[in-house]
Amino acid sequence: MKFGILRFPGTCDEVDAQLACERVANAEILWHGDRDLKGVDAIVVPGGFSYGDYLRVGAIARFSPLMESVIDFAKQGGPVLGICNGFQILCEAGLLPGALLPNKTLRFVCRQVDLVVERDDTPFTNAAATGELLSIPAKHTTGCWYAPPALHEQVEANGQVLLRYAPGQNFNGSLADVAGVCNEAGNVFGLMPHPEHAVDPLTGSTDGLKLFASIRDSLAAAHV
Amino acid sequence: MSELRQATPVSSPQERDEERGRGTRDAQHHRALGLTDTEYDLIVAKLGREPNAVELSMFSLMWSEHCAYKHSKRLLGQLPTEGPYLLMGPGENAGAVDVGDGLAIAFKVESHNHPSAVEPFQGAATGVGGILRDIFAVGARPIAVLDSLRFGELGGEGDRNQRSRYLLEHAVGGIGHYGNSIGVPTVGGEIYFEPAYEQNCLVNAMALGIAPHDRLTRAAATGPGNTLILFGALTGRDGIGGASVLASAELGEDDASKRPTVQIGDPFAEKKLLECSLELLDLELLVSLQDLGAAGLTSSSSEMASKGGLGLDIHVDRVPLREPGMEPFEIMVSESQERMLCVVEPHRVDEVLAVCAKWETTATAIGEVTDSGHLRVLQNGLVVGDMPVPALVDDCPLYDLEPAKPSEPIYPAPPRVLDGDAATDPAKILPALLGSANIASRLPVFEQYDWIVQSRTVRRPEEADAAVLLLPDGAAIAVSIDGSGRRVAADPYRGTVEAVFECASNLACVGAEPLGLTNCLNFGNPEKPHVAWQLTESVRGMADACRALDTPVVGGNVSLYNESGGGPIYPTPVVGMVGRLPEAARAGRLGFAQPGDAIAVVRAASPSLPASELAKLRGDALPDGLPEQDPAALRAAIELVRDAVRRGDVRSAHDVAEGGLAVALSEAALAGGLGATIDLREVGGTTCQGKPLDEQLFGEGPGTFVISGPRELLEDLSAPQGAAIAVRVVGEVGGDALAIEHADGTLRWPLDELRAPRTRGLADLLDDATRLDD
Repeated sequence: MKFGILRFPGTCDEVDAQLACERVANAEILWHGDRDLKGVDAIVVPGGFSYGDYLRVGAIARFSPLMESVIDFAKQGGPVLGICNGFQILCEAGLLPGALLPNKTLRFVCRQVDLVVERDDTPFTNAAATGELLSIPAKHTTGCWYAPPALHEQVEANGQVLLRYAPGQNFNGSLADVAGVCNEAGNVFGLMPHPEHAVDPLTGSTDGLKLFASIRDSLAAAHV
Repeated sequence: MSELRQATPVSSPQERDEERGRGTRDAQHHRALGLTDTEYDLIVAKLGREPNAVELSMFSLMWSEHCAYKHSKRLLGQLPTEGPYLLMGPGENAGAVDVGDGLAIAFKVESHNHPSAVEPFQGAATGVGGILRDIFAVGARPIAVLDSLRFGELGGEGDRNQRSRYLLEHAVGGIGHYGNSIGVPTVGGEIYFEPAYEQNCLVNAMALGIAPHDRLTRAAATGPGNTLILFGALTGRDGIGGASVLASAELGEDDASKRPTVQIGDPFAEKKLLECSLELLDLELLVSLQDLGAAGLTSSSSEMASKGGLGLDIHVDRVPLREPGMEPFEIMVSESQERMLCVVEPHRVDEVLAVCAKWETTATAIGEVTDSGHLRVLQNGLVVGDMPVPALVDDCPLYDLEPAKPSEPIYPAPPRVLDGDAATDPAKILPALLGSANIASRLPVFEQYDWIVQSRTVRRPEEADAAVLLLPDGAAIAVSIDGSGRRVAADPYRGTVEAVFECASNLACVGAEPLGLTNCLNFGNPEKPHVAWQLTESVRGMADACRALDTPVVGGNVSLYNESGGGPIYPTPVVGMVGRLPEAARAGRLGFAQPGDAIAVVRAASPSLPASELAKLRGDALPDGLPEQDPAALRAAIELVRDAVRRGDVRSAHDVAEGGLAVALSEAALAGGLGATIDLREVGGTTCQGKPLDEQLFGEGPGTFVISGPRELLEDLSAPQGAAIAVRVVGEVGGDALAIEHADGTLRWPLDELRAPRTRGLADLLDDATRLDD
């Protein structure tokens, strides 16, 4: 099984994502100017500041040739994980509901946070347990998830919220403590915290590995 | 990017010029650019004719204090620059040390003080951008940034304190903006607030990079006929005159009018430039590489030519410009950010341009390496400047300082913050110290920086005394940046020795051995005898401390003329030290880890109150001199702690610094979430017995550590024979309070009463700064 990790000009966390994916499977970095997904089985859109966050976070990356292929891949049911700037890009691309607004403090914040697993029956969370707390760092300026009331209601009703900030940990002001949401089909998932920075006891926790292992396991199960 | 300082004679040399009757328009021109008449005459002699405007502007920059170190070069020669781990020493864009496994760590600290005082966000941002370019110019991938910041007092009302809060908020914002966006973690740093920095804040940025030994790249231009390629951002008028305008006048009322001379940073452009440069080096397409810093093309090209002993022709009409109509001299001195210069063999030019195109980075062949020994500037084929390279780079006259110890105190006593009971009752002093701006938790600032990107950060800010970064082989490097201006102001020699030992002590607490250090010497006007004395004594102290620790200086930066109407800043030598520890998994932490662990104090010197944080809060004037030091004992204490951490004998190690023993114990307790009980009478050495309680608790000085671990292991720790250090088990970890037993009773603080001021002290002041922006 192979992960493909997108690299745009200005992407910062692609090597971290590659290292994390390589702990559970194979991984390859894909260049924004190419359209070829090189036969990867899952996509990670990593964090950073694609195109310098110019115009609006994620707004330019969404139009890159590679993203067109990723959008097709997602529409065909392929698993896509967006982390931080990747989450923002997937929202801009219309693959995920809602939008990311500036943090309520208007400041960049880097902090280890606890996330509550809302569902464990998805391709992204099956290696965790519902109600489990995952300790994963978050670092961003624009991570306040928002959706208009009708959309929010629908997202909640569909069970699309997979991770929420634990009580007292929602530093960015996200609506309903949402830390990560998936699409209606359940194959595209985005979150602001960085699971790729929680894969090694030397540099933090290892709770983030569960998300990458979940993707691998769900693909393996699908191929049985 | 380097400090925009230029040696404009403040008084006497110009007066001498006037006496000689030099007052022509030309003379005023070179004086306005910061050159003395004598220097101008020397330029005429070197050229054999009067320089034209292009040449004069280039000479004025190359002969500035920043480029020529004309007031500090002779002093800096005292610093030891040889060591067993040294791979690249002073003179290159950054120094480098061997960290094993075929890998090198390149590192350097630089100042960006004056730009930050004028426009703190962009000044600090471009300071980070500049030091990062120095690192990848030597072929290393930047892996960490640290910052050393100094501002005036934040607390209280009044415009001056509001301005300090504004400077802090925006400088921190600028550092975060640049470092976070480019994907390099900011892993540590220090921030202090003193009235002496009110009109001259300090923004020093240090960066580290990693590279295989064989990719370390030097800047020397070689091979006549090779092509000179400029790549990166377009060249504009930003930064033009920065060196002369910012540097030649003291900052004052009209700072805002100087804003156009501050460069604007674009971290996205630099991120592409970084990846592009490293890819060019990976593909072995470059002969040499150099970043464009202060003095732009003039400095980078002439230094490349000088190091190669060759000449260069630069065609300014080929330089891609951001705005039309720029004069040749403007192109040569522009300080536009995010640009690099490389030398390429002619048959590789197309490949180089293709890599640059991939990274959407503009690249243009702008000249050739020649064997003329001259730097020639051409416009549409016409020579508009022609100077011997050695004249530009090497022939600036060096000046001897005229140091004299001041007969009266230079710095006024600080305003009194603690009064009456609050200043004398230790029960009240400890929370006050923990909440003071210089000691309170730095997390409200550090949290604005990405400290985890690149997946190497083993110890995050406030987890340990030094940042720890993982190496591929399971070892780690540790890095710390330190410098207490107040203590250097009290005693330039011993204060600087302390700063170097403080850095080594911080490394020891994570188990690291020093490999090398970089320094940034921030001082006032060296032409004034008392500042010359501070600088001379400080460099002597640094040299002695480096020798005492067998740690070489790999490079650094000097920032002079940091003074204004209010007098000079505290003399502030900032030391950045890099060390190595064999096992990342054993890196020390500062917080108490386990109830029941014994607590020991390792002590190699007597702490004292003068020049301490408590003395400052009490409004005490600075003493004339710090207590005598025993470098051998200090080194022995450092090695004892380092070895104990490496063996895994201790579960926490913390260096006693600002606020003394009681603050260090509080920090260890709060970081671990565990209380402690200690008996002050057991704290050994020549120190405590008979001293006043406040001095025992809050006295400062080098050479004291608080460690914790299994009792039997700590009891086995002993000083090496002959070393004047004491190691005593003094208490135990546990409970939810800090209790200190002393000769006349017990002091007891519930942890919550210590946590609140420590957490809120700086945070509340920052929140004020946010409100000011509303």
